[in-house]
Amino acid sequence: MSERTGEHRHAVTLTVNGVLREATVPARRLLSDCLRHDLGLTGTHVGCEHGVCGACTVLLDGEPVRSCLTFAVTVDGHEITTVEGLAEGGELSPVQRAFSECHGLQCGFCTPGFLCTVTAFLRDNRTPTDEEVLEAVSGNLCRCTGYQNIIKAVHRAAEIQAEESG
Amino acid sequence: MTTKLFGERVQRREDARLITGQGRFLDDLGANALAAAFVRSPHAHARIRDVDVSAALDVEGLVAIYTWEDLPGLLAEPLPLLIPHPALTHGRTGHALARDVVRHVGEPVVMVVAADRYVAEDACSLIEVDYEILKPVVGVEEAAEAVNLVHADVPGNVGAHLVQEVPSPEGLSAREAIEAAPHTLAFRLDIERSASMPLEGKGVYARWDADDQSLRVYSSTQTSTSVRMAVAAKLGLPLPKVEVIAPDVGGGFGVKIVHPWPEEILVPWAARLLDREVKWTEDRREHFISSAHERAQVHHVRVGFDDDGRVLGLDVNILHDHGAYTPYGIIVPIITSTQLVGPYKIGAYRVEFSSIYTNTVQVTPYRGAGRPQGVFCMERTMDRIAAHLGRDRTEVRAANFIQPGEFPYDQGMTFQDGRPLIYDSGDYPESLRMLKELIGWDSFPAMKAEAAAEGRAIGIGVGCYVEGTGVGPYEGGHVQITSDGRVHVSTGLTSQGQGHETVFAQIAATELGVPIEKVSVVTGDTRRFGYAVGTFASRAAVMSGNAIALACRKVRDKALKVAADALEADPRDLEITDGVVHVAGTPSASIPLATVAVLSNPLRYAFDKETQRATQFAGPQDDDRPPVADGEEPGMEGKDYYSPVRSTFASGMHAAIVETDPLTAEIKILRYVVVHDCGKLINPMIVEGQIHGGVGQGVGGALYEKMVYDEHGQLLNASFMDFLMPYATEVPRIETAHLETPSPLNPLGVKGAGEAGVIPVSAVIAAAIEDAEGITIDRMPISPSDLYSLRAETRLRKTQ
Repeated sequence: MSERTGEHRHAVTLTVNGVLREATVPARRLLSDCLRHDLGLTGTHVGCEHGVCGACTVLLDGEPVRSCLTFAVTVDGHEITTVEGLAEGGELSPVQRAFSECHGLQCGFCTPGFLCTVTAFLRDNRTPTDEEVLEAVSGNLCRCTGYQNIIKAVHRAAEIQAEESG
Repeated sequence: MTTKLFGERVQRREDARLITGQGRFLDDLGANALAAAFVRSPHAHARIRDVDVSAALDVEGLVAIYTWEDLPGLLAEPLPLLIPHPALTHGRTGHALARDVVRHVGEPVVMVVAADRYVAEDACSLIEVDYEILKPVVGVEEAAEAVNLVHADVPGNVGAHLVQEVPSPEGLSAREAIEAAPHTLAFRLDIERSASMPLEGKGVYARWDADDQSLRVYSSTQTSTSVRMAVAAKLGLPLPKVEVIAPDVGGGFGVKIVHPWPEEILVPWAARLLDREVKWTEDRREHFISSAHERAQVHHVRVGFDDDGRVLGLDVNILHDHGAYTPYGIIVPIITSTQLVGPYKIGAYRVEFSSIYTNTVQVTPYRGAGRPQGVFCMERTMDRIAAHLGRDRTEVRAANFIQPGEFPYDQGMTFQDGRPLIYDSGDYPESLRMLKELIGWDSFPAMKAEAAAEGRAIGIGVGCYVEGTGVGPYEGGHVQITSDGRVHVSTGLTSQGQGHETVFAQIAATELGVPIEKVSVVTGDTRRFGYAVGTFASRAAVMSGNAIALACRKVRDKALKVAADALEADPRDLEITDGVVHVAGTPSASIPLATVAVLSNPLRYAFDKETQRATQFAGPQDDDRPPVADGEEPGMEGKDYYSPVRSTFASGMHAAIVETDPLTAEIKILRYVVVHDCGKLINPMIVEGQIHGGVGQGVGGALYEKMVYDEHGQLLNASFMDFLMPYATEVPRIETAHLETPSPLNPLGVKGAGEAGVIPVSAVIAAAIEDAEGITIDRMPISPSDLYSLRAETRLRKTQ
């Protein structure tokens, strides 16, 4: 939409969910807004715009980042994975399946941030302890679930991951 | 009914889209819409002398700027006062855009519409508003002193004053009963401000269809039907030309039941005026300073009781801070007043409240809606009685319980729905027994002594509540079976994560005998259902659940009648299993519901296989009977409403064990146990999820969350950095158990479950900390530094 505002714009090229995407954005455009409004990937949500709630978490070159604290122009040339890219070949990932199975979401607004965070966590730690799971999700706010079933879902996802890789 | 899904842990049907990023929340819609942003008052109390927009006019991408003076007709009038009450003698509401005076930081003054939100905010920052600053009124007790006024025409800052009195069975007033009681106590209890704080803020997106002269509005609301009526009225549009849809809503917890928010009428108005799509998405700071808060109340309690701890008289005086305006009336203090008595038989009860204006964000219900404060009063009172008498805290509660044989139990007051406060069912002694067993109440003293020997301080607390749920006046359900055998269910109330698509589908599948995969549910879309109240007061499962069940029963009766004609059978001999109507005991004599749906419509163009198939069931034609006879309707559909005489009363009891750090005063919840009774469970998995979420918010309210206003009326912690909501690390593991005492008031026997979890948490945690520390806890929330100071004060008092 920036073409309507007359601001100086920059071309950025991102690999989003494995697909090369291009956008022309003002320097101040947040990555969250770029993903949502320039690229139409509205699965990434914005809950606070100051990096506390974690709803906007995406994977930047595989690592979780707050897309509301990242300018789109600063990630030119990088790889981004959003919630839309977690399912592979139409099959839900272990983390997605576990969240549904364990009732780890209610309104679903914070869920994309949790899913991205947990996906990276379980990639690096396939057999986490209770303490490690708690630590892993302790940067994301959820106002619906009281976190009980989110914790269960992370353990369940680790289980599914192990079953399927074993 | 062979396809039984009612009561099962059915997986949620909402999840597939929400875990793949395919949900549709408000800001996910309207990719090409213009963006609205608002200039909001930076002052708590000020007179607007002038608005100068000239500097903003050169911003490239600017489309329009509006102030109050631009608003036509009803749009310029004050916003509606939704729930008047005779005691609310001085109700006041704000304007969609401020006129003359602003009364809290965050009140909208100017609306800007621009190409995108960045540009709209650029323009906002260039608009100069000249304010004459007036003296702000902050803090409920300061406001009650009325040195300064929030509204010049509201004397004493008092919006409402209400006294309710229930005499004792012997005819004594509460004050007489207290005077005559063997023991009396008097104390003060405080609860601070918190807020619903859904992760998704509010938002509105409107598109005007100039060809059709119609308006479609999407709003992140808890009541689309009422937003529709408000928009039609405020814009002067015929109701059928306005449709309002609540898309996926990212949590509500009460704040989104208020309507119309200024933006809900301004955005549609601008969309029509500009003939362009317009969208506004609330940001987090806006949500803090311009939505709604709740909870803050000061309570003065006097109680008289006998040697067994039975309450003979209770007198509570409440100061309620309702902020700058009263769009939602005085529901919160009314609920505190009436639900305070909980599961107890109080000898004589007097409750008085004053609802007071302050120059702060308005107060409207947040999950629990006045109950957490009421339960805090009652349960802290029970603990004080026990301490005074040296008795066990659960023993004192048990001595006051309403007994299972005493239902229906009339508390002698008028509830929030204007109906008598009569409890329909419950089993409080059994709840307490289950709770004590789960938490290990009787063995706790040994555990505490053991901990003390290790230099650790632990404490246990308990809290009981009764919650009026499923308030009227009504909800409706519409059910249609189409010729493909699919079942389309709709109800007008909205969803914000409660899993309605799943539980309502469970009800429909069970009632109709169809596989749940065939059922789809739509909520909160006025195109599908026009009359509804909304999702609040733990009412969706009770109200829409029963309405949908009743509508399904109508459709089922019709289906059986049509099928009976086709099968030449008696409808009473027919059953529906897996979507097929068959003669009981003779599975071969059968007809699919899809075919029955075709037969129900005399007009049968052969568009699909079912229509062709239906011809084999076509009976002989009766030339004297019209194709659609009197009292019949074409199509396999039905609609019904559920309207209860009064609310149904759920209940529950919580217990917690906490540990307090002797050095840092850090408070850690070691165990949290819930016994919950919401009548019959439709989906235990979803009910447990609701309890978990409620307890999570309760922990926030007990230990972390408060709105910190300074003396100028500035909200100092209007961000997630400073307003501390619990993360996973702050919420303990929650252990739950269910008791099911069905409601006799509705066909499904259900009671509401949405708010329950949050209600007693502050009372329970306060009690546990008090037990651990031996220090009286009379205000919540309590932080480690609060506890640290309390310890110091206590030490000081002891040495004096």
